[in-house]
Amino acid sequence: MAKTGSSKQKKMNARVDFTPMVDMIMLLVTFFMLCTTLIKPQTMEIAMPSDVETDAQNQTQVAANKAITILLGADNTLYYCVGNPTEVPFKKTEYGKDGIRQVLMKQNADALKQVQALKDKFAMEQSSDPETFRKNKEAFQAALKEIKEGKETPSVIIRPSDAATYDNLMSILDEMQICSIGKYVIDKFTDTEQGYVDAAEGGGAAQ
Amino acid sequence: MGRFKIKKQDTFIDMTPMSDVMVLLLTFFMLTATFVKDEPVKVVAPGSVSEIKIPETNLLTIFVEKGGKVFMNMDSPKGMEKLAKEMRKSHGLRLTDAEMKEFVNVAMFGSSKSQMAAWLKLENAERNSYLNDNPKAGIPCDSTHDELKEWVGAARAVCGEDMGIAIKADKTTSYAVIKKVMDSLRSIHENRYNLITALKNEE
Repeated sequence: MAKTGSSKQKKMNARVDFTPMVDMIMLLVTFFMLCTTLIKPQTMEIAMPSDVETDAQNQTQVAANKAITILLGADNTLYYCVGNPTEVPFKKTEYGKDGIRQVLMKQNADALKQVQALKDKFAMEQSSDPETFRKNKEAFQAALKEIKEGKETPSVIIRPSDAATYDNLMSILDEMQICSIGKYVIDKFTDTEQGYVDAAEGGGAAQ
Repeated sequence: MGRFKIKKQDTFIDMTPMSDVMVLLLTFFMLTATFVKDEPVKVVAPGSVSEIKIPETNLLTIFVEKGGKVFMNMDSPKGMEKLAKEMRKSHGLRLTDAEMKEFVNVAMFGSSKSQMAAWLKLENAERNSYLNDNPKAGIPCDSTHDELKEWVGAARAVCGEDMGIAIKADKTTSYAVIKKVMDSLRSIHENRYNLITALKNEE
């Protein structure tokens, strides 16, 4: 009887209780999970076009009637002009989907239609195979680039004034992406542009 | 007696497989975790719909704070060390070897070359408050006194062609400051860089 009792006790001792360890590890896992997922969306980027190429391009584009000039003024104001700035007066508009996006979408309607068709086409060809997926993606990017750089698409000249904020510039660059505009330039804001802004303000008040 | 014993054992759940899985998960998350570097100066990036990821290695980040001060960092201590050596060799940054060691470990730097040694002598908390509060802090990048291009040029020289440049500017920064930074980069033919933004949904 005494023998069996002692062996029973030994058997119980062999089992280690893992519950506290699991508790602790669970805590650590949650900690690391939250840390990693929260960081990822915070670093995104936009690639800027090189300035050397655009300078030469700019000269030819200003004359073309497909050019859109956007002026960014102080206090989140925005002026645009479709065509030659010396002939066409600037109009005031605002940031976001009801303002400048309407203008850009209208000017770039053909390209946008093509982009949509392209997106639909590639959406049909979704594949789980990583190799095909990569190939599809590359083909998509190439086709997208071709549409964006087509002859008929408008080219946009962005001229931020010193009073504009970085946020304004980023909003406009965002619009370029949303409206699938491939040709855009960030250029200087000179006294001539200030004159256009003043004229637009004066015109707006008269109306 | 026998029955009694079996019942008692049943209440004891075996946690070993669970802890096995947990440890595996834990190691996975620990290894993949990337922590944000402590940024002494608060910079709120503007939102954008762009979804391109930032390159993870060999990255030079230029910070523009809302007051217009410019700071910089490299993503790895190795890069910082190479950068400091190059600056000492070619652009007359006067640092002793001990100060170089300090420099390698700072999260973010930004003061004129002449102030650098004095800044490195400060305690960690004082360094951050210097960057935040002192109007003289920040890398000078005027057209007359442009040290930013020396720093970027030096980094490009030691880190090779595949080094990425990222600009992280506060959303309320005036464009005048951004223009100075961009002009400075343009003058050394650095035309490809990334602008760091936060993710935003299309309206």
